[in-house]
Amino acid sequence: MAFIEFKNVRIAGISTGVPKHIEYTKDNPNISSEYDAVDFIKSTGVESRRIDDRFTTSDLCCAAAERLIEDLNWNKSEIEVLIFVTQGPDYICPATACIIQDRLGLSKECYAAELPLGCSGWVYGLSYAASLLSTGNVRKALLMAGDSKFIMPIPDQLSSHAGTVTALEYEEGNDGFKFHFGTDGSGWDAIYIPDGGARNGVTPKSFELEEINGKQMCRLQSRMNGMDVFAFAISTAPKSIKKTLEHYGVTMEDIDYCILHQANLQIDEIIRGKLKLPPEKVPYSLHVFGNTSSATIPITINTQLKGKIENKPTRFICCGFGIGLSWGTVLFNTDNIVLSNLVELD
Amino acid sequence: MELQEFINNFAEQFDDIDASALNGSTIFKDLDEWNSLVALSVIAMIDEEYDITLKGNDIISATTVEDLYNIVQSKK
Repeated sequence: MAFIEFKNVRIAGISTGVPKHIEYTKDNPNISSEYDAVDFIKSTGVESRRIDDRFTTSDLCCAAAERLIEDLNWNKSEIEVLIFVTQGPDYICPATACIIQDRLGLSKECYAAELPLGCSGWVYGLSYAASLLSTGNVRKALLMAGDSKFIMPIPDQLSSHAGTVTALEYEEGNDGFKFHFGTDGSGWDAIYIPDGGARNGVTPKSFELEEINGKQMCRLQSRMNGMDVFAFAISTAPKSIKKTLEHYGVTMEDIDYCILHQANLQIDEIIRGKLKLPPEKVPYSLHVFGNTSSATIPITINTQLKGKIENKPTRFICCGFGIGLSWGTVLFNTDNIVLSNLVELD
Repeated sequence: MELQEFINNFAEQFDDIDASALNGSTIFKDLDEWNSLVALSVIAMIDEEYDITLKGNDIISATTVEDLYNIVQSKK
């Protein structure tokens, strides 16, 4: 049972960088041959997305980081840990986390590492940062999480571009973070990019179009078995949340907000129904930001709870689930959290 | 679990199809309203009503409503 707890760490603030360009689902005439935009929006909840292939995830995260560091009044030289969660690194190697250390002007006395997870990635990244900070040997960390452009664009109507930054710091006596994690690698090909890694390198065949789920795609584009992912999500996420509450002796009544990964409104509404939670406890960002992969949980807290939680103790349970297949749930409290204004890149 | 109960639950996933219009031998992928969004609703219904997590291949391999019913039965 992968229950892990780290004390003496708190979230100091969250910021988000997105492209300024908005794509509206209703304006897309080619949603599907099977259904129209109205039915698509009703089912998925995605009304608009932020897309701009000029910006990599690290561009979005760095812009968000500059804003958050300023809002927190942190000194860059104090930041000793940088965790970058993305499936869209700037280069296949080296790790983009190293490039970001220099780009942000962080100290060379900096632990920088990268985590190539998707929808569950923020929760996993949080455990990396929390484990390091809980020692007290390092005091301030930036956790960057998001996805934007990949090796080639994904021709879907759900995924969106975002880069978030979560600032964490050591605080003696803080209750910290309580985690539950799970993995089912048998579903590794439920969402994947076939070529471009060491298993299948890039060959001329990688660029040949084939029909995948009614769309023309090549082997460098992410493909998904939607039904498998859907069935996984509605069964696994509520179980992980219930296990977490039970293990740590917390009830749903104690929770102010349950933040779910958001890939599809139908999935989230089923999970919310299973957990018997009222809508006001489960805020969503996917109607305006789409599926933002590992950025979803922090972007939802940042943009949907801004002005509501900054100055009062607030208890969260958050669950990320998806590609891997991988999932993680975390319980934590915030107080005096800084939620930056949205950073839009143009 | 009864086949008729399963057919009733299955029919509820469509906007304009009454359970009386369906039977075990209905080829559900030929129904006008059938599409990938309805398929997700069927997966959700089976999870909710029968506590069974289907795979996409279960839907793909089934032809009739009764085929799907049998798949759910076999996973119980």
